[in-house]
Amino acid sequence: MSSAQAVGDLVSQPYKYGFVTDIETEKIAKGLSEDVVRLISSKKQEPDFLLDFRLRAYRQWLQMQEPDWASLGYPPIDYQNIIYYAAPKQQAKKASLDEVDPKLLETFDKLGIPLSEQKRLSNVAVDAVFDSVSIATTYKEKLAEHGVIFCSISEAVKEHPELIERYLGTVVASNDNYFAALNSAVFSDGSFVFIPKGVDCPMELSTYFRINSGDTGQFERTLIVAEEGASVSYLEGCTAPMFDTNQLHAAVVELVALDDASIKYSTVQNWYAGDENGVGGIYNFVTKRGHCRGDRSHISWTQVETGSAITWKYPSCVLQGADSVGEFYSVALTNNCQQADTGTKMIHVGPRSRSTIVSKGISAGRSSNSYRGLVQIGPKAVGARNYSQCDSMLIGDRAAANTYPYIRSQQPQSAVEHEASTCRISEDQLFYLQSRGIGLEEAVSMMVSGFCRDVFNQLPMEFAAEADKLLALKLEGSVG
Amino acid sequence: MIRSDAPVLLEIRDLQARVEDKAILKGVNLTVRAGEIHAVMGRNGSGKSTLSKVLAGHPAYTVTGGSVTYRGDNLLELDPEQRARIGVFLGFQYPVEIPGVSNLEFLRVATNARRGEKGEEELDTFAFEDLVRERLKVVQMDPAFLERSVNEGFSGGEKKRNEILQMALLEPVVAILDETDSGLDIDALRIVAGGVNQLAGPDNATLLITHYQRLLDAITPDYVHVMAAGRILRTGGKELALELEQRGYDWVDEELAALEAAGDRTPVEVG
Ligand SMILES: Nc1ncnc2c1ncn2[C@@H]1O[C@H](COP(=O)(O)OP(=O)(O)O)[C@@H](O)[C@H]1O
Ligand SMILES: [Mg+2]
Repeated sequence: MSSAQAVGDLVSQPYKYGFVTDIETEKIAKGLSEDVVRLISSKKQEPDFLLDFRLRAYRQWLQMQEPDWASLGYPPIDYQNIIYYAAPKQQAKKASLDEVDPKLLETFDKLGIPLSEQKRLSNVAVDAVFDSVSIATTYKEKLAEHGVIFCSISEAVKEHPELIERYLGTVVASNDNYFAALNSAVFSDGSFVFIPKGVDCPMELSTYFRINSGDTGQFERTLIVAEEGASVSYLEGCTAPMFDTNQLHAAVVELVALDDASIKYSTVQNWYAGDENGVGGIYNFVTKRGHCRGDRSHISWTQVETGSAITWKYPSCVLQGADSVGEFYSVALTNNCQQADTGTKMIHVGPRSRSTIVSKGISAGRSSNSYRGLVQIGPKAVGARNYSQCDSMLIGDRAAANTYPYIRSQQPQSAVEHEASTCRISEDQLFYLQSRGIGLEEAVSMMVSGFCRDVFNQLPMEFAAEADKLLALKLEGSVG
Repeated sequence: MIRSDAPVLLEIRDLQARVEDKAILKGVNLTVRAGEIHAVMGRNGSGKSTLSKVLAGHPAYTVTGGSVTYRGDNLLELDPEQRARIGVFLGFQYPVEIPGVSNLEFLRVATNARRGEKGEEELDTFAFEDLVRERLKVVQMDPAFLERSVNEGFSGGEKKRNEILQMALLEPVVAILDETDSGLDIDALRIVAGGVNQLAGPDNATLLITHYQRLLDAITPDYVHVMAAGRILRTGGKELALELEQRGYDWVDEELAALEAAGDRTPVEVG
């Protein structure tokens, strides 16, 4: 076997999270209409302001066009062939975990996210979302002692409607883009985090999203607010079963950081990617944006994107506060027929705002991996600075990598620096490592994890090792 | 050191190999016993690097005939990493750079792979640091090189010293050093040769590929082989290298032409 072939086999490792939980699910009929939007809102017993928000978004969506500027190719999505709400048939969220359907707890156990008192992680609070609803949130009480609110967004709508009304849709407007409008109309569940003034959140917060049903879309919505001087580190993870149809996932995440606040948002995305011929897999169209609203505020995005058939995702920062800081650290791995068009936008509004972009794309198989980024320096952003570094690594000779950096500056007193590189894992490099007793799999994984180190170093400690393992898994396979 | 009763470590019989569609090795014969140092010389393009890569298992080269046994077992059926673990070492003519992979971590993983094969315990990062610091002395290398990526930005001489450092850590049974001397200044050559001499012992063997006499002034070979057009044309003692130095390679070409005309490919022994 030639080593090019061997590497091809290596990166085609079976998906570990492809099982389906057999559980009774309440689903509404397929299709999208104003009635469906109303139905979702009424199922969730939402206040009027939220129904109005959804309906406005729905009407805007009807007027909008699906974007086609990304380097992505896929057959048209039939929005009437999707179920917009699915929930396990357990009634209303349980007060105690003991009452949660054991099958659900078992599912999360299998995914490596134990929720029960005995087994759960000691320093990470978890919100577990199954299809359209949150089924459990751990450590809520302990966090409440510090004034931290961490719960599902549905719960927040009931318990803290004033916060939701004040912040929802203020970072990503309901008509921001086609997928954000769709999400605003039909979003199901997601997490809400509120860190009050001056509080340093005492533990890592994490949401785990699990799609289980085959024909549902997932439209989660996350909102994180850090008041003056507050700080929090949050991680999201996600998996889905293997189905041979494509499923739509269109999420919106909004972050708000007031004066001196800091939010670190990390993602390990491992949705089902489809098989080696590109059949099935998640279509991942996500809008994530952070608003550095206050002076000296700080928002940092770290993402490790390994799954999904299609990824369309640009976690961004609007740097409005003076001296605010935005960061984007990304690893995107594509294999087989996966397509990723991902990057960031750094919108410098405030004076002396600074941003850093580090993007590492790894393309194997016949996949295509594009970095697309915008650095915009507004007229008032005197002394703004940006540093961008975009590196691509190719494995094999059939994968594609592209870089589209856009720079727009309206402020002469600012500095933008961009570096880019492309490398290929060569047969001679692999042979060199092999000739020192290192197996092919380990050789590839050493090179890939070395390539990604700058980004992995940004992940919370608990997850850095996880991410390394995940990439190794994705690159593991049958070496003959 | 030649001992006729020493065990045979490497036995190459009529080895033929091609790359893509081009036949390069056309019947190489070579026997290497424990304790011996062999020099393989020859013009550029005669197939020396190809021989070394075939022995190490490079996937671009296809063996089309002949056999290679290592301590009695078929070497050619093993993956490159297995060959390394059981004690075959190739010091590359052109060591590649591997950005992002820490030299220290690489050396540790490699050393542990070899130790595991020998039934020795794995070294953790601390135990390994002790070992590597000791072995650095063999090549007089600055510990700062451990912190860098494998060979990245190393000068030619630094790369070669890193190869010898790897050899010192892996303690191979058969070390094949492909032009480890080329591109070295006098000081670096002295250090590299000193390293090779230190590591050579009665239980291992060294195959030095070179086309300069100057390395052989520092490392005395037991045998010198002259390679031409993919075969070993002549084998002799260390004086054969001197002869090459004085007469050049033209006579090799003439002999080769004569042999080819006769359709012969057995090596010529000289006393
Ligand atoms: N990977 C390769 N692809 C094509 N030709 C090669 C390759 N490796 C070696 N060769 C050819 O094989 C012949 C022998 O090369 P090599 O073994 O490197 O010789 P030496 O090390 O003695 O200089 C040369 O003609 C060279 O061009
Ligand atoms: Mg050579």
